[in-house]
Amino acid sequence: MPHMGNDLVIEATGLTKRYREVMAVDAIDLAVRRGETFGLLGPNGAGKTTTILMLLGLTDTTAGRVRVLGFDPARQPLQVKRRVGYMPDSVGFYDNLTARENLRYTARLAGVPREDVDRRIDAALARVDLTAVADRRTGTFSHGMRRRLGLAEIVLKKAEIAILDEPTSGLDPQATHEILTMIHELKTSGVAVLLSSHLLDQVQRICDRVALFNRGKIALLGTVPELAQKVLGGGHTTVVEAQGANLPTILADIPGARRVIPGEDGVFRVLADRDLRSDVAQRVTAAGGRLLRLNVEEPSLDAIYRSYFESARRAA
Amino acid sequence: MPSIEATSKAPAARREGSPWTGLSAVFLKEFADHLSSARMRVLEWLVLLFGIAAVYTAIQDLRSVAAQDPFLFLRLFTLSRDPLPSFVGLLAFLIPLVSIGLGFDAINSEFNRRTMSRVLAQPIYRDALLFGKFLAALATIAVSLAALWLLIVGLGLLVLGVPPSGEEVVRGIVFLIASLAYAAVWLAAAIFFSVVFRSAATSALCALGLWLLLSLLWPMLAQFIPQAVLPNDTMILFGIPSVEQLEMQFTLARLSPNTLFGEIVQAMLNPSTRSLGLVFPQQLVGAVRGTPLPFTQSLLLVWPQLTALIAAAILIFSITYVAFQRQEVRA
Repeated sequence: MPHMGNDLVIEATGLTKRYREVMAVDAIDLAVRRGETFGLLGPNGAGKTTTILMLLGLTDTTAGRVRVLGFDPARQPLQVKRRVGYMPDSVGFYDNLTARENLRYTARLAGVPREDVDRRIDAALARVDLTAVADRRTGTFSHGMRRRLGLAEIVLKKAEIAILDEPTSGLDPQATHEILTMIHELKTSGVAVLLSSHLLDQVQRICDRVALFNRGKIALLGTVPELAQKVLGGGHTTVVEAQGANLPTILADIPGARRVIPGEDGVFRVLADRDLRSDVAQRVTAAGGRLLRLNVEEPSLDAIYRSYFESARRAA
Repeated sequence: MPSIEATSKAPAARREGSPWTGLSAVFLKEFADHLSSARMRVLEWLVLLFGIAAVYTAIQDLRSVAAQDPFLFLRLFTLSRDPLPSFVGLLAFLIPLVSIGLGFDAINSEFNRRTMSRVLAQPIYRDALLFGKFLAALATIAVSLAALWLLIVGLGLLVLGVPPSGEEVVRGIVFLIASLAYAAVWLAAAIFFSVVFRSAATSALCALGLWLLLSLLWPMLAQFIPQAVLPNDTMILFGIPSVEQLEMQFTLARLSPNTLFGEIVQAMLNPSTRSLGLVFPQQLVGAVRGTPLPFTQSLLLVWPQLTALIAAAILIFSITYVAFQRQEVRA
């Protein structure tokens, strides 16, 4: 096995794609670990889908080295595609065939042993909760059902890596929740998930690490708290609401507080490198104030994203 | 040492795995789709109705001619009576239509249904997808043509009461093979348009345009172009084209698969056909007019046409293949 003794399932170094004059992907480095959920973020046209297609060997690389499970997607695409499941952006099926027939075609293309096909299809359909509509034509399926059928295809293949391009775009909240739950189930069953999205709160909810794309380059890469540290400076945001105390001066006096941001209705936010909750509680009570609210805000990917692109625009 | 490095790198630069992986899966799926599609049913009925009408009129004529003709059965295919063309004339016209009908959306429909990237993400090469689709459509046409051919032979047996001779059967089979090669050319062309144009309507329109150009306009152009390019006194004075003009006319006409098919049919189903080009009086010295050629000689006569048809199909398919390989997967 080429990928033994190595916990990286996807490795890319200097990956580049140029369409004539346009640099779609500009020398990115990327590594996805076994069993990890990795998110590709960024505005449309930043190079996320092109990167995905290069990882699958569906488009040629201009330069760089890629290994997926130890195989080169450009030279050994069949080996890669046998082990990797892919759900494209707005996935489509043959509308005149039923869900089961669509999966049977995939199973045959994927080379699933004949005697296993029916059993695996039933299991995959049950896994994504489509058993009841298995014999309905996919032409009647909603967006959410199509996405679920796309996930069933990945389950059916017994893929080691699932690559999902915009898995939740254009879905209603209920369908989004279902898809995210199913993606999480994939992850817990040991599948490495690489997904692209511009819906940040969802990515934050399910991804272990993220890469932020900007104009063909990876601008930031790491866990969400790491990115918050890098972009927002302070890693911790403490939210305070109190009565009967001069909050701005009290908060600014706390050692380690970097910035105090007044909000509406007497709510203040304090940025700091560490957790300030005990200090705040102590000082507000000491000043005779009544503490109404005190909590730590998780750094939001949304804030990181907007802050990054604002500073990038200012720098440009 | 650079030489050792080069040799050790060479095998790695080649892509691994068979291009035929998944071919049978694609073929079976597309074949089933064609056989059950409404489109195929319409085309089949069209060919069947026209075919039966043409053969029926031929039978009417044959009965009055009486059974002196040694190739009575072949007449079933070639006899025509106004306003209907003969059965083969009809096929020359309808086979391209059926091929275009089956091929014009082979590739672009996968993009429009957004199934292309999903299918290509399975462990197959693009070769298998394209070739599987081509073979499935060709097999569909082969099945329908063979059924039609048997139907006509059966009809002839019933109505004429004369069994076909061995030679007639062999000639009929060559005719069937030629029809299939002719269908393959048009199928390859239709799939080519389906690769080049993302819109199925544009692709169909282009394929149909080419079909009309080659079947209606080209025979006329092949006649006029030599007169314009090679002006000549005899033509101006007596209205008789020169040998050069005629030869150019034949060459031009044979660029169209319709002409090639027509010539094969003529030589195969009319055994008395001795030549498909110019014949000078001195070449006919000693020939007994109207005597049929043996089968092997007829086959020799159409061999260039038959190979040209097959070569054209392979050439157009290769161009399509290259175009498809270079296409980006993302819609």
